[in-house]
Amino acid sequence: MKPPLFRYEAPRTLRDAVAILASDADAMVLAGGQSLVPAMNFRVAAPSLLVDIQHVEGLKGIAIEGNEIVIRAMTRHRELELDSRVRRLNPLIAETMQHVAHVPIRNRGTVVGSLCHADPSAEMPLLFVLLDGTITAIGPDGTREIASADFFQSFLTTSRCQDEIVIEARLPVLPDGSGFAFDEVTRRHGDYALVGLGCVLSLNDGGHVHDIRLAACGISDRPVRLRAVEAALNGKLPDSSELAIAARASVDAVTQADDMNTSMSYRRRVLSGLIQRLVPIAAARARAGYRQ
Amino acid sequence: MSTRTFGTRVERNIDPKLLRGEGAFVDDIPLNNPLHAAFLRSPVARARLKKIDVSAARNYPGVAAVYTCNDIGPLDMPMPLLIPHPSMKNPKTQRPLARGDVYYVGQTIAMVVAVDRYTAEDAAALIEVEYEHLAVEMDMKRALVGGAPLVHGDVPNNLAAHFIQVSGDPDAAYARAEHFTKIEVQVDRSTAAPMECRAVAARWDAISGELTVWDGTQAPISVRGGLASIFNLDEDKVRVIAPDVGGGFGQKVLLFYPDELLIPMAAMELGRAVKYIEDRRENFIGSSQERTQIHTIELAALKTGEVIGLRDSFLHDTGAFIPYGIAVAQVASTSIAGPYRIPNIWVEFKAVYTPTVQVTPYRGCGRPQACFAIERAMDQLAEELGIDRFEIRRRNFISEKEFPYPRDGLLFADGLKVTLDSGQYGRALGMAAEAFAGPDFLLDQEKARAEGKYLGLGLACYVEGTGLGPYEGGHIRVHPITGKVYVNTGLSGQGQGHDTVFAQIVADQVGVSPSDVIVVEGDTKAFDWGVATFASRAAVVSGNAIHKAALTARKKILEAAANMLEVDIGDVDLHDSAAWIKGSNRFVPLAAIATASNPLRYAFNEAAQAATQFAPASKHDGPPLAEGQAPGIEATEYYSPPASTWAYGVHAAIIEVDPQLCTVKIRKYVCIHDCGNMINPMIVEGQVCGGIAQGIGGALYEKLEYQPDGNLANASLMDFLVPYATEIPPVSILHLETPSPLNPLGVKGVGEAGCIAVGAVVASGVEDALRPLGKITIRQVPLTPRMISEALEQAGV
Amino acid sequence: MKRSAIRPSIPERSDDPLVEVSLVVNGQPIKRTVSVRMLLSDFLRHELGLTGTHVGCEHGVCGCCTVHIDGKAGRSCLTLAVQANGCAIRTIEDVASEDGALHPVQQAFKECHALQCGFCTPGMVMNVLSRFEEREPLDLSEAGIRDLLSGNLCRCTGYINIIAAVRRAAELLGRG
Repeated sequence: MKPPLFRYEAPRTLRDAVAILASDADAMVLAGGQSLVPAMNFRVAAPSLLVDIQHVEGLKGIAIEGNEIVIRAMTRHRELELDSRVRRLNPLIAETMQHVAHVPIRNRGTVVGSLCHADPSAEMPLLFVLLDGTITAIGPDGTREIASADFFQSFLTTSRCQDEIVIEARLPVLPDGSGFAFDEVTRRHGDYALVGLGCVLSLNDGGHVHDIRLAACGISDRPVRLRAVEAALNGKLPDSSELAIAARASVDAVTQADDMNTSMSYRRRVLSGLIQRLVPIAAARARAGYRQ
Repeated sequence: MSTRTFGTRVERNIDPKLLRGEGAFVDDIPLNNPLHAAFLRSPVARARLKKIDVSAARNYPGVAAVYTCNDIGPLDMPMPLLIPHPSMKNPKTQRPLARGDVYYVGQTIAMVVAVDRYTAEDAAALIEVEYEHLAVEMDMKRALVGGAPLVHGDVPNNLAAHFIQVSGDPDAAYARAEHFTKIEVQVDRSTAAPMECRAVAARWDAISGELTVWDGTQAPISVRGGLASIFNLDEDKVRVIAPDVGGGFGQKVLLFYPDELLIPMAAMELGRAVKYIEDRRENFIGSSQERTQIHTIELAALKTGEVIGLRDSFLHDTGAFIPYGIAVAQVASTSIAGPYRIPNIWVEFKAVYTPTVQVTPYRGCGRPQACFAIERAMDQLAEELGIDRFEIRRRNFISEKEFPYPRDGLLFADGLKVTLDSGQYGRALGMAAEAFAGPDFLLDQEKARAEGKYLGLGLACYVEGTGLGPYEGGHIRVHPITGKVYVNTGLSGQGQGHDTVFAQIVADQVGVSPSDVIVVEGDTKAFDWGVATFASRAAVVSGNAIHKAALTARKKILEAAANMLEVDIGDVDLHDSAAWIKGSNRFVPLAAIATASNPLRYAFNEAAQAATQFAPASKHDGPPLAEGQAPGIEATEYYSPPASTWAYGVHAAIIEVDPQLCTVKIRKYVCIHDCGNMINPMIVEGQVCGGIAQGIGGALYEKLEYQPDGNLANASLMDFLVPYATEIPPVSILHLETPSPLNPLGVKGVGEAGCIAVGAVVASGVEDALRPLGKITIRQVPLTPRMISEALEQAGV
Repeated sequence: MKRSAIRPSIPERSDDPLVEVSLVVNGQPIKRTVSVRMLLSDFLRHELGLTGTHVGCEHGVCGCCTVHIDGKAGRSCLTLAVQANGCAIRTIEDVASEDGALHPVQQAFKECHALQCGFCTPGMVMNVLSRFEEREPLDLSEAGIRDLLSGNLCRCTGYINIIAAVRRAAELLGRG
């Protein structure tokens, strides 16, 4: 399981990185390598050229810009997970990240890398779809901002062109009064999710659900917003009977066919269960009065 | 005597070296400019090879050689059938490199030897093969039906072996039985997945004509014998070394894997050292697997719950070849009645060829499957008769006064009649019941129910035939200069702590600290009479051989010391690396005794100096070395067990099931086990715990997913789910020590104990947990959330 | 091979493009020229002879190859040697003292019988060590320790003794 041969470049500027990437249609970006290198070791990925962006200036670190958390291309999972500002401004992020593989992988893997890899069972793409995060990509034709809803297209496929480099991704801070929750069902701890669910909501004065967002991973070829369930819950009290009814609206969102990992029927069952468990947790947090 | 270390928790001698990263596994051994091998392995399960073109591979820069079946001379033949048995009509083994046909995904077709592994893999990918795909049947039941695609054209119905064993008079028992219960159960395929994959390195010295092979094997002596025979070399010109080995679990006891023959061949041909370091993907598709069995088991009982007869008919998946014979199926057959009296047994198996990796023993070797069958059947019987699970077992246990308890007609893997020799089965069950008695469980159940979770109690018992022959040896020598004691045996270790356990045995007899006993095994140059490490036999067979040698050495030391100290033997004590006159401070160091016992070695060093201060080591008239006397303190003895000695245990656990998410969590696991006298309880617990973790893997996680086309879909550690620490619950191990009456140390084997009963424990616990929701029967392991989901759906939940 | 056989011509090296790799390993500056695709695990083991780091899977799951990269645990099998340019790498060989005395984490493993075959052990120790060396507070509850260890596979011990060893190491280090 040794990788096939490739050329290797480690540019220091973004301009050079883009130019090198564009020069070869089979070139790929190397950031943390936690998804790409195993694929190369299995020889299911065989890029002709690796563009290592770890030395490119301006791609490190996390910035808070207004209501946005800016995650740069070389920001490792673990940096985001441990950042005290991020923990305060959007605690859902750190909570979700506990489920991303294991710490040594999080030490090296990057958030942006996970987004670009676009595994439909991965947690970070789910988070971005849940919170309507945005992705900034730069290519030979310039820079563009891509909404999460447009970014994740299919299994391991995003709308990033081969010659584009994602330089940063942005998530919103959570507004005061938010309730939030994340959980997933895996076979072993740290595995890709069989089904994962994220929830953000607020409650109005009467305790009714207001502005709920639900997104799931593992149920389709990309993360999915559960809009039918959201519609069924908005304006309702988050009690068990309403939740049971709303959960039934999630069935059609599960399109992943039976596979080696599990069955469609099982995913539906789990998704329904997670909805009924997580919404009350989020609601309790909203009631407890989350403040940044 | 010094404090006895037998029975104590001595820390291991080998640990500092391993902890510092100074272990020497095969790939760590520095060789002079070695070449590296990679294999082209079949991507299809069953095909005719129409054409193989290696020219591009041969011409690839950095490639030294490429071999197909046409390039390996006399090696191009089916590899040995290790254990023949008349139940196999036409046993098949594979060739080192496929000729004509391939029979499973992963089978070796060609070998590339190159300057490094990266290059070798590049070249292997350039080999062009034209495959004529043939039909496959992956399902054992369908494979046996006429008209099914055949794995081997001349083996009708894919039937590799058919064997029936009978004990007592089952027909008569069935005639007078008052109740019958029958169940079909299945255990799915798994693999040992040791952390170190397999590895072989070879070096040929053309001048001396010596072949040295480093092999991560459990059987270095057997590998040496095979290599010498196959390469037509004298045995003493072949040295096989099993260095540090990263886990074996049975997978590494098979010989030969293709590389074990091809790497030495390449080394000899190319005049360079060659190594093959199997990678993880290859371990999944090339190294042995095990577990798949489907049992249809029926118990014939009286209304009291006493089981008077048992019929079991099972299918055993042997993969595409059967190099290890019927051992796994045979062990399963002879374990089928567990710890229960059941005096009348009819057990039949059919070993079926499927186009998959060959099946050879993996820790447990058929016992987990047998235990699963009998324990599920007992639970079902208990349920039907309205008898408590613990009680029905109690009523059927072989009682202490019934030992030795023979099962005429059942022959164990050693070809000898199954005879359970000793145990306190009832007491062990009592301890299990006690571990979960009291109000805690009911309180926990209520608390869990409030959170939508269900708790159940799982229970299973097992027996384990251990310590089979034919024999092992032990060699001891006391070093004259340091007084350290060197011990050799014909086994090899893969983490079991032989270096410490065997040291304890010797230390006690010879009066030294275990850290002054240096055990060197796994090297045919150090000791080359013996068999291998497998089947829970090291402590019993090598342990007793080493013990015998230690006794002989002790006698020699006492005699020499008595002479040197000029007292009677009865006045001499051995401790602290010296011989002492009892009740005095006069002593002679062990090093001096060893020096003095070798009449030629005088005046060289301190030990020699010390020796000269005493009387000669042996007092007699005539030459310095008397007739029949050997120089030095050295002893070699052998132990050949009269029969296997049977260990046993009872496992129980609290299992939590979440019926919404269909997830299973083991909250607490208790294991009561008895392996006779324990040499080192710490090491015993380590073995049991490791076995339990593998058992949990087999109960809930580890299943090799073969697709209908024969492809292995989860050939990686990403998708084949070996448990992490998060999947293993707190484990409590309670020991019973009923000494084995069969050997001087009173020990029984324990290497496989942990994994045998876990599947049955989990299945019974899940059933118990879900009982309030409906009648759910768990008949198959590993048990996945999907299976629980489907069972609940079927029960209308 | 017969004495009379002519020694075959065997190439000296592959055609792989070479790169210069410059990094610090166990405190020592290292500069080597190796194949561009060489994995860090192979670099450490075969180029530098530091065979304490083991290779168990080459897809990042088992953790046997865990080393410290710039002070944090990472999988050397998922890192190209050339990616480690400019980095500081620490391997198991750097953990015990010069005179061979065991580090408290290693000592704890020995006391608790937390290793059997020893193949997963270096990766296990490097992972545990990096968590003790991090500034983040450690969760040393049963669940916390299990979580800390998840990501390192062991096939021999069943983990129970490794969990005890982490607890013991915390004691020896005055943590927890």
